[in-house]
Amino acid sequence: MNHVRCDVAIVGSGAGGGTVAQALARLVADGHRVVVLEQGARLTDSEFTGIETEMADALYDEGGGFLTEEGTLTLAFGRTYGGSTAVYTGTSLVAPARVIDGWGVPGLEHNDVVRRSQRYADENNVHPLPPEEINDNNRLFREGCLEAGYRAEQFPVNVRGCHGASLCNLGCPNGAKQGTDRVQLPAAERRGVEVVTHAEVLRIEERCVVVRVSEPEPGAPGERSAWAPGEYRLSAGIVVAAGGSVGSTALLLRSGFGSTLTRLGKGFTCHPALILVGEHENEITNDVGHPKSYFLDRAIEERFVLETCMYFPFVTAKNLTGFGSDHSALMQAFRRLQMILVLACDRAVPENRISVDRTGRPRVHYRFTAEVREALAAANRAAAHIFFAAGAVRVHAPLADPPLLGRSEAGSIDKRIRAESFLPGKTSVTAAHLMGGCGMGSDATDSVTDAWGRVHGVPWLRVADSSLFPDSLEINPYLTVMALADRAAEAVLGEAGELLAKAQGGHS
Amino acid sequence: MNETVLQSVRDPFRALVVGFVPEAADLSAEAWDEGEALAEGMLAGRPATIQRQVRFLIRALDVLSFLRRGHRLARLDPEARTRLLASLQDSRLLLMRRGVWGLRTLAFVVYYGRDEGRAAVGYRGNPGGWIARAAARSGEATTPGSSGSSVSHGAAT
Repeated sequence: MNHVRCDVAIVGSGAGGGTVAQALARLVADGHRVVVLEQGARLTDSEFTGIETEMADALYDEGGGFLTEEGTLTLAFGRTYGGSTAVYTGTSLVAPARVIDGWGVPGLEHNDVVRRSQRYADENNVHPLPPEEINDNNRLFREGCLEAGYRAEQFPVNVRGCHGASLCNLGCPNGAKQGTDRVQLPAAERRGVEVVTHAEVLRIEERCVVVRVSEPEPGAPGERSAWAPGEYRLSAGIVVAAGGSVGSTALLLRSGFGSTLTRLGKGFTCHPALILVGEHENEITNDVGHPKSYFLDRAIEERFVLETCMYFPFVTAKNLTGFGSDHSALMQAFRRLQMILVLACDRAVPENRISVDRTGRPRVHYRFTAEVREALAAANRAAAHIFFAAGAVRVHAPLADPPLLGRSEAGSIDKRIRAESFLPGKTSVTAAHLMGGCGMGSDATDSVTDAWGRVHGVPWLRVADSSLFPDSLEINPYLTVMALADRAAEAVLGEAGELLAKAQGGHS
Repeated sequence: MNETVLQSVRDPFRALVVGFVPEAADLSAEAWDEGEALAEGMLAGRPATIQRQVRFLIRALDVLSFLRRGHRLARLDPEARTRLLASLQDSRLLLMRRGVWGLRTLAFVVYYGRDEGRAAVGYRGNPGGWIARAAARSGEATTPGSSGSSVSHGAAT
């Protein structure tokens, strides 16, 4: 076991960890050592090939197919330098007041979240794409919404010099997406923050993290770690858990914090999502151009959000319902497919939670509530109306039985698409907005941290990622994670003198 | 050499892949090797319990095929295989539905995870984005037999 000392250890390098790393870089100027521990690899620019199977393995935990305990939902989350900010589409929305206010976290004000979100939106070049960069897949969604009586809104995205490769979910091969891998982490490193990749944090002990650094898998892309392979005890005056909803929660659980923090692992939500496709008579531009330019927010009225999307052949095949000749025929129409992602705005319920097994591996327990099933059905119906209004000749809706609807059936959408058709284990459901597990609140009876990410009763331990959300955010979470991480970093900076002095005392 | 997950169940696995993706019946030996390597790669990253479950499920479906239809999966005609799988994906047993879903995921990576599988459905994703697409289209326009029918960027469908 190697023994290493630092002042601040940040576990994770995504929207939370990257933001904290940059904000705490000023401590380095004061002579402190700040280390970021990232479990995944750091790819060189040329290693972002855009090839689906290669990049899924290189950039996602379990290739993007982490299965829940019930086996009815797959979770996609990044495991690479930059975390999920390297593999999402860059959509950047500010949290609505009704959600932040509804969380009821003492000390968390919506206007503060807005102010910080806007700062990071500016820093990461968030802006709406100009009309000439919008492809047919997105344009048809906007037009279909208008025709069907809905108002689509445009996503601001965090790109700079986007080529329209449409490969955002496989890591931008052109470095255009401005995630923490392109903005906050490089800035932190320039100021002396150390980033150690291939570093799996096994557990947290008293002002210390135990880390296993590995060699890259043979043939896998990515640079070697800055540290030699082996196990390390990294002493740290302050530890910031920023490994995401599943990662941070599992880390705290396997470190034994669940015995005093009874809310640890609770409150997991994820915006469970389905893909629908509409088939047009002619080819459309779908696999070129930014994939996600518009959304339809029906969270208040019907508990769902629709987003444009475009996936790759394997992911598309996996997310359509069924198989055999009907499925193949739809895949053969790939160039004519318009695609919509539907997301349910789920709510935190007691049975949906994160735990760990005997080896410390995360387990996610998720059951679809009646409300989520109804929301997904309503979202399927709305998406089907939009497809036909946009001119589609056939629609594949997972909650229609059978799933294919011809144009002549457009009038019977509301009868054909029903929540009862949702069959867990058969219907492909995925989620990429993983939230909760270390929720914020008043004290240890209702939460894991306070509004600044301070873990109740453990002053040297902080949380700075989407696990802080006490309930679903109902929008894409990236900017809100950065805003909350910025708050956590501010609290650390304000208390660093005292915390690090205590740590020094403990070490002397 | 360590045995791979699918090695001992290769024949029924290939029969299942064809049941899920009928076009897989035409895959060459090299294409099968490439596709199965992708499936093995996907399984390699999963816990050992899942690897064992996959192997068990394939064997169990092979036996079920014999009991229900009188033939092992590899000797069952493809349409009958697809019907058998369709009945199982609608099973009242969650475990069975999950199993079929998992196997179809493996089948899809065998077929659509390969370069040829992506090309077969017309996928044209390219890191060059719009510029690469424009270059490809100008090439298509001079290729005899090309439809050249792509809706242009921003144009009406």
